[in-house]
Amino acid sequence: MKVRAQIGMVLNLDKCIGCHTCSVTCKNVWTSRDGVEYAWFNNVETKPGIGYPKDWENQKRWNGGWVRDKNGKIQPKQGAKWRILANIFGNPNMPEIDDFYEPFDFDYDHLKSAPEMDAFPTARPRSKVSGERMEKIEWGPNWEEILGGEFEKRSKDYNFEGVQKEIYGEYENTFMMYLPRLCEHCLNPACAASCPSGAIYKRDEDGIVLIDQEKCRGWRMCVSGCPYKKIYYNWESGKSEKCTFCYPRIESGLPTVCSETCVGRIRYLGVMLYDADKIEEAASVNGEQDLYDAQLGVFLDPNDPEVQAAARRDGVPEDWINSAKNSPVWKMAMDWKIAFPLHPEYRTLPMVWYIPPLSPIQNAAEAGMIGVDNEMPDVKSLRIPVRYLANMLTAGDEAPVVTALERMLAMRGYMRSKTLDGVIDLEIAQRVGLTPLQIEDMFEIMSIANYEDRFVVPTTHREVVEDAYDLRGGCGFTDGNGCSAGSSGGKLFGSRKFVTPTEAF
Amino acid sequence: MNEFFFGIYPYIALTVLVLGSIARYERDPFTWKSSSSQLLRRKQLITGSVLFHIGILAIFGGHLVGLLTPLSIWHALGVSPAAKQIIAISLGGVAGLSMLAGGLILAHRRLFDPRIRATSSFADTAILLILIAQVTLGLMTIFVSLGHLDGEEMTKFMRWAQGIFTFDPDAAGYIADTNILFKLHITLGLTIFVLFPFTRLVHMLSVPVRYLWRPGYQIVRTRKTKA
Repeated sequence: MKVRAQIGMVLNLDKCIGCHTCSVTCKNVWTSRDGVEYAWFNNVETKPGIGYPKDWENQKRWNGGWVRDKNGKIQPKQGAKWRILANIFGNPNMPEIDDFYEPFDFDYDHLKSAPEMDAFPTARPRSKVSGERMEKIEWGPNWEEILGGEFEKRSKDYNFEGVQKEIYGEYENTFMMYLPRLCEHCLNPACAASCPSGAIYKRDEDGIVLIDQEKCRGWRMCVSGCPYKKIYYNWESGKSEKCTFCYPRIESGLPTVCSETCVGRIRYLGVMLYDADKIEEAASVNGEQDLYDAQLGVFLDPNDPEVQAAARRDGVPEDWINSAKNSPVWKMAMDWKIAFPLHPEYRTLPMVWYIPPLSPIQNAAEAGMIGVDNEMPDVKSLRIPVRYLANMLTAGDEAPVVTALERMLAMRGYMRSKTLDGVIDLEIAQRVGLTPLQIEDMFEIMSIANYEDRFVVPTTHREVVEDAYDLRGGCGFTDGNGCSAGSSGGKLFGSRKFVTPTEAF
Repeated sequence: MNEFFFGIYPYIALTVLVLGSIARYERDPFTWKSSSSQLLRRKQLITGSVLFHIGILAIFGGHLVGLLTPLSIWHALGVSPAAKQIIAISLGGVAGLSMLAGGLILAHRRLFDPRIRATSSFADTAILLILIAQVTLGLMTIFVSLGHLDGEEMTKFMRWAQGIFTFDPDAAGYIADTNILFKLHITLGLTIFVLFPFTRLVHMLSVPVRYLWRPGYQIVRTRKTKA
């Protein structure tokens, strides 16, 4: 056993209102720079839809993630090491910027500088890449917002596999949900495995996956390696960038920016202890539907004295072990089994998990039949097909998703009965295999969702991270040589001269 | 003139190449990159880049082995200068054509694609055009070489190149009477050495061959001291 700790995340999709606050605050902090205008380390997709970048879930097309070969070994789906190197001059699996979207801005200045005209001046779009006029914007970062676009196109969504999708094109049967996405900070990251330079690494102390900007040579194999398409090539600096899990905040015990600013309080952060020796085995299990269970098997129970002893032996700090005991991620993933990994079939063992959303009962007649006696509706009659959720979260295995949805319905029924009728409904708790104590804990954490219950983030120990003194005055995604943006022109080795805001006036 | 360009300039060029690259790697590692523009426009890139790179790698290897392997070794291997020249012309010719074709595709893309043109630096465009000029000069020398297939001319360049690396003060003299095309080709080649540390060419120094024998796939970094 080799115990390591990771800050995991759970997103309760049942409460996501699709406000994009996470995306916007993330962008303001991390990607408001040249070359990554098109990049959203965090984005919120409306499902069903093909997503951002287009069709990202279709690994037959993009070849992201891992595959298991006949010998039971796994290798990146885009090929073994020699194959990846052979593609270095031209990567056939890499999306183009148009698959994300061509970044644009508007000629706002024209609004005030236009001469007197018969018509009102307008601010027309202009490409942020070429600087040329864009006559028509054909795609954007959130083009399918609230089911934008025709069903025909959106229904290419990979999660419709095995679902009779035609009927969901009808107005009466339409369903939708939001899917906020960020880097999964996988236990078995395909991006790191694909990086020929060895620039992508996972941090031992908190599991955050980062790209060493000075070691990255821009071979761009990580972009195609990541099945979630959460690595962005900065076309200005020529380096790849990704979600950093706001590691400077995490190190100080603060939640990530997306979590902190989430108005729906849907995000949870907590320590997960895992057995690093089991990762390869878990990622290599044969059946795709076994991967979810296999990943559960990698996690270690922080209340088990043996695990605690092993954790201490492997250098996990005491307060991290204590935090792991209170981890909301552990409770949701392991205790209550209501949170699931996103697309476990990619074999990356992702660490950002999702609680599937409940949805309205499919038709009014059935809704009327739901008794006031807290009779639980059949989750099969929920508007969002269970199979659709299962394709997203458990490689198509419906049973765990059904259990999770039933537990969430049971929590509602139990609490309704308790608060309105003053009756403890033991039967409903037992029916879903939970104790009243667990249900009340669920209610406290999921419905009340106090700040300190959502974010159980221990501070990092100074001895295990970079010395902050060396990083003072740093400029984020640049190197230490001034605040170079890494672009050509002006300096001896082609890096751009840093212009302070005051100089620009 | 001859002494400067072929006796002194090579040392200047090699010094700039080595010290400049070290300085850049040390001082500005963030700028050390391949500068791929595939994200912005995939069209033309894959064909052009593959032809270009395979061609240039073959030519680079050919020049390295062909120029710097001592004559005695070729002799011991039983390869006569005439035979070696035929090999050099044929292999170099094919590789040169591949590089030229790829280079022209890439140059067309760089000059006429609005996205690529807008995001190219002067150095990006210039070095590509210089490399195309260089391979064109190289291919033109083939016609000169076809006029004397005994390999004697080629031997002069080998002696010169090896003379440079062995600090032979007479090195420049060995090629004093060769065709102007060769001299232009060499001078431009040395100029590319000078430009090397200041352009994207540095990415060739970080060819990630280490990847092939990197143990496993994953990398985990820690500050903890090993127990």
